[in-house]
Amino acid sequence: MLGEAEPQWVSEEVKTGTTIIAIEFDGGVVLGSDSRVSAGASVVNRVMNKLSPLHDKIYCALSGSAADAQTIAEMVNYQLDVHSIEIDEDPQVRSAATLVKNISYKYKEELSAHLIVAGWDRREGGQVFATLSGLLTRQPFAIGGSGSSYVYGFVDAEYRRGMTKEECQKFVVNTLALAMNRDGSSGGVAYMVTIDEHSTEEKVVLGNDLPTFFDQ
Amino acid sequence: MEKHFTDSRVKGVSTGTTILAAVFDGGVVIGSDSRASIGGDYVSSKAINKLIQVHDRIFCCIAGSLADAQAVTKTAKFQLSFHSIQMENPPLVIAAASVLKELCYNNKDELQAGFITAGWDKKKGPQVYVVSLGGMLISQPVTIAGSGSTYIYGYVDAKYKVNMTREECLQFATNALALAMGRDNVSGGVVNLVVITEAGVEHIVIPGDKLPTFSDE
Repeated sequence: MLGEAEPQWVSEEVKTGTTIIAIEFDGGVVLGSDSRVSAGASVVNRVMNKLSPLHDKIYCALSGSAADAQTIAEMVNYQLDVHSIEIDEDPQVRSAATLVKNISYKYKEELSAHLIVAGWDRREGGQVFATLSGLLTRQPFAIGGSGSSYVYGFVDAEYRRGMTKEECQKFVVNTLALAMNRDGSSGGVAYMVTIDEHSTEEKVVLGNDLPTFFDQ
Repeated sequence: MEKHFTDSRVKGVSTGTTILAAVFDGGVVIGSDSRASIGGDYVSSKAINKLIQVHDRIFCCIAGSLADAQAVTKTAKFQLSFHSIQMENPPLVIAAASVLKELCYNNKDELQAGFITAGWDKKKGPQVYVVSLGGMLISQPVTIAGSGSTYIYGYVDAKYKVNMTREECLQFATNALALAMGRDNVSGGVVNLVVITEAGVEHIVIPGDKLPTFSDE
């Protein structure tokens, strides 16, 4: 019909207002994310996996504008494939993070996405890199996305050096659950990827299996 | 996602701040940082008291515009003392919270202040109430407010337990405030805590160098 209004979410920007986290342990990394994609007040995808592979043992976690983040991840995936053929071995995590950083920095006015890059390589083991606004920094763990504000206190208090793989996985799931409870733009299920020398393991924790807290 | 309203956008001196109150077994702990700032750039006072006693066993802590908060608490203190003479009994904690709520709701266009009220009364024991910016009043076992509170929602949700002991609750409150002060640039200074029980009121001040530190410090 002429003059029929379209729903508001059709014209809203699609964002992965989100919670993402990556943490390093001795021998690998664990990455985690929620699964909500919102366009304004509507949830347009409640099961999106925001952990995107850049290479066999290097993943990135997407946040910010969904389109920008996905495009950066795809571009870097391609560039890393070319690079790894050129050097005839598996790429370093730092290389992947640098490629992401280069795009984020060069187009920082046009893009609004933040990717956390994490993975395992032979030389340095497990590594986590944050690439916010085009900087590149290696950290023991990194959190990002709109939901991360609510869990800064929790991760500051709970993080200890030398955690095992299982402790890291628990830390990631707890952090995601807390952020998803408080942030309107984070929710759904929790996706988790554990990368070490031997394997890359993807896991989904469904909503009712997430940890609960005193007020639930 | 739209950013929360933060105290640092208040005109004039604001208590860009972190405030918290929690019920434990037998009492309530109310606490705050001590920084007052103008515009998020300048610390106008390093050690102000944000815990205002409005009656013998009732305290409130303030967030938002310092001027508005002082005006409101002064009025509330007067109204409460009058009320308690009329009732011939100490006021209920909910009465104190309601007085603040009426003032905030009826003047919502002019005021920019939110309050946490905590105390002990004979009828319901230890209680915590929060009056938000527009004048909503609700009761919760634990509540946080102020610009620094964003960063500790996860910590408080994870660590608060119902019926903690006094020591556990003090440690919880100190940790939460220290974590928020570590991340929020308009919260800082010392940690002021007040413990309210049937027996009385106890003030505890923890200076910056005695605050708990965490793995990244």
